[in-house]
Amino acid sequence: MDFILASLADGLLLGFIYGIAAMGLTLIWGVMNVINLAHGPIIALGMFTVYLLFTFLGIPPYLGVLLAAVFGLLLGIVIYVIAVQRVIDAPHLSSLLATFSVNMIIIGIGTAIFSTSPRNIDLQLWSISLGPVTLQGTRVVASFIAVLVTAGLYYFLYRTRQGKYIRAVANNRAAAELVGIPSNRVLALSFGIGAMLATIAGALIATFLPFNILAGGTYELKSFVIGVLGGLGNPVGALVGGLILGLLEGIVPTFTQTTWVPVIEFVLFVIILLVRPNGLFGAKQ
Amino acid sequence: MKTLKNHLGLITSLVIVILIAIAPIVSGNAASREVVFTILRAIVLASSLNILLGYTGYVSFGHIVFFGFGGYVGFYLITAQGQSLWVAMLAGGVVSGLLAYLLGKAILRLRGAYFALATIGVNEAVRAFINNFEPFGGPTGMTMNFSVYQEYGGAMKALEMSFYIMLVLALLVVVLSYVVRTSKFGLGLLAIREDEDAAEVMGVVAPDAKTWAFVLSAIFPGMVGALFFFKNGSVEPLDAFPLHTSIEMIVMVMLGGQGTVLGPILGAAGYQRMRGLLVTSPIFKNIQLAVSGGLLLLIVLFVPAGVIGWARQRWPKLRRVLQ
Repeated sequence: MDFILASLADGLLLGFIYGIAAMGLTLIWGVMNVINLAHGPIIALGMFTVYLLFTFLGIPPYLGVLLAAVFGLLLGIVIYVIAVQRVIDAPHLSSLLATFSVNMIIIGIGTAIFSTSPRNIDLQLWSISLGPVTLQGTRVVASFIAVLVTAGLYYFLYRTRQGKYIRAVANNRAAAELVGIPSNRVLALSFGIGAMLATIAGALIATFLPFNILAGGTYELKSFVIGVLGGLGNPVGALVGGLILGLLEGIVPTFTQTTWVPVIEFVLFVIILLVRPNGLFGAKQ
Repeated sequence: MKTLKNHLGLITSLVIVILIAIAPIVSGNAASREVVFTILRAIVLASSLNILLGYTGYVSFGHIVFFGFGGYVGFYLITAQGQSLWVAMLAGGVVSGLLAYLLGKAILRLRGAYFALATIGVNEAVRAFINNFEPFGGPTGMTMNFSVYQEYGGAMKALEMSFYIMLVLALLVVVLSYVVRTSKFGLGLLAIREDEDAAEVMGVVAPDAKTWAFVLSAIFPGMVGALFFFKNGSVEPLDAFPLHTSIEMIVMVMLGGQGTVLGPILGAAGYQRMRGLLVTSPIFKNIQLAVSGGLLLLIVLFVPAGVIGWARQRWPKLRRVLQ
């Protein structure tokens, strides 16, 4: 029982971070119907931003997270302008392949520079013990930041003009253009924010787990699962989906081997895609 | 004579495959035979994928699952059941086709990006399952006893034989690809690619047609998987289900020209040659993935029809030859 509680708490904390990684993916999908297959490498770049700033310039990791966010925003806009802009109205295959080629470029250059050897940031914070459950400070802070980011995203999407533009374009791009919204700029911004959420998630993960340049792939696949779980295009669903996945990862190892977790995750993923392609909380088709 | 002329596209494609394979056959050079073996493997995989991707317009990001699954079943039959390579290849093709049939019934209802996501999920699920499946050796996989090759006249002979079998498979795939493209069934697939709803209105039974296209595109990868891992002598989950090879298959099809018979052949040969050059070149060795990515991006952005598609548009007279 104690083991289950501890495992659940860990899973839940991780779930918040999975949630924002998935939110980035699902935001881009919701606004422009593009599945960003470069999501994983962008997450990895977030990890490396914090790592490099910390090891070479001594910048504290949590400040590094902020800088990683800025970097992600800019990177996303650059990727949009170079690779996505031209294929946005083309068939799905084109945008999938365009973002995947960005994936290959980042991984190719990243592997050449950093190799695939594992890295970690040596960061020790306090830890809290609640009965059988010990919560590591780094994980608590990271999930707290994740919640703040979610709240910030909500404020941005619903309370600011730019955010309203994004929602308008997501809703109906042609109509948004008719009322004078610069849709191409809004799309670039949305892609930037999507990439920013990815780098933040990567940066937070880097503060408490080891990683390498390929590590983003795992979280990208998890983001797919979560995105589908919560409904693609639905940011709140992504957070809830993240928590569900985190809990699942906490619970499954208590009754079977950890290696079965991915089997269960991906089977669940395919089943949900088939039964409720709009997600658990989306409207039924 | 007239029938020959009618099938000029098929003849061109077959001749090109044979030309690709001719060098090691003539010279008997083992190193170049290995190179051509990988090219032929790529041709089989890319041409098979093309039936689904190019003709039907469905993007499978996990097509390698059929290669890996067929390979595992074939390998298991050879090592644990003492079956011959022929039985193993047949079984590899059949189980892959069966898997595709069952999967097709389920996930082909999804369209566009949802289908692509589901195929990634299927590949990962199967790989994770094999990783845990003890009869197939779990995460460490299985290895083959060297004595298995005795039946085929020793390891050297077995390697050489594998090459010729692969060549035959490549030629068969090209024929299949051509027959599908020129048949009424293939016409239905092309209609689905253009507009699935309209195709259904015109009398194409889309769910059945899509499922059969999926099955046809899975059989040869399964057979190649059995052959490949027989030659390889060992099989493990990471080798059998590499997601990036699925993507490479897509790159090959796109490079040559999706929806054509000749396109995937040229795309596969060209991509493998380029990859070989990049891997061995001192400058590009480390960033060959990035170079391939850049190439893919350029194709997607500027020549989405691929080399053959572009040539067909540019010189309409060549259309008869370049199917």
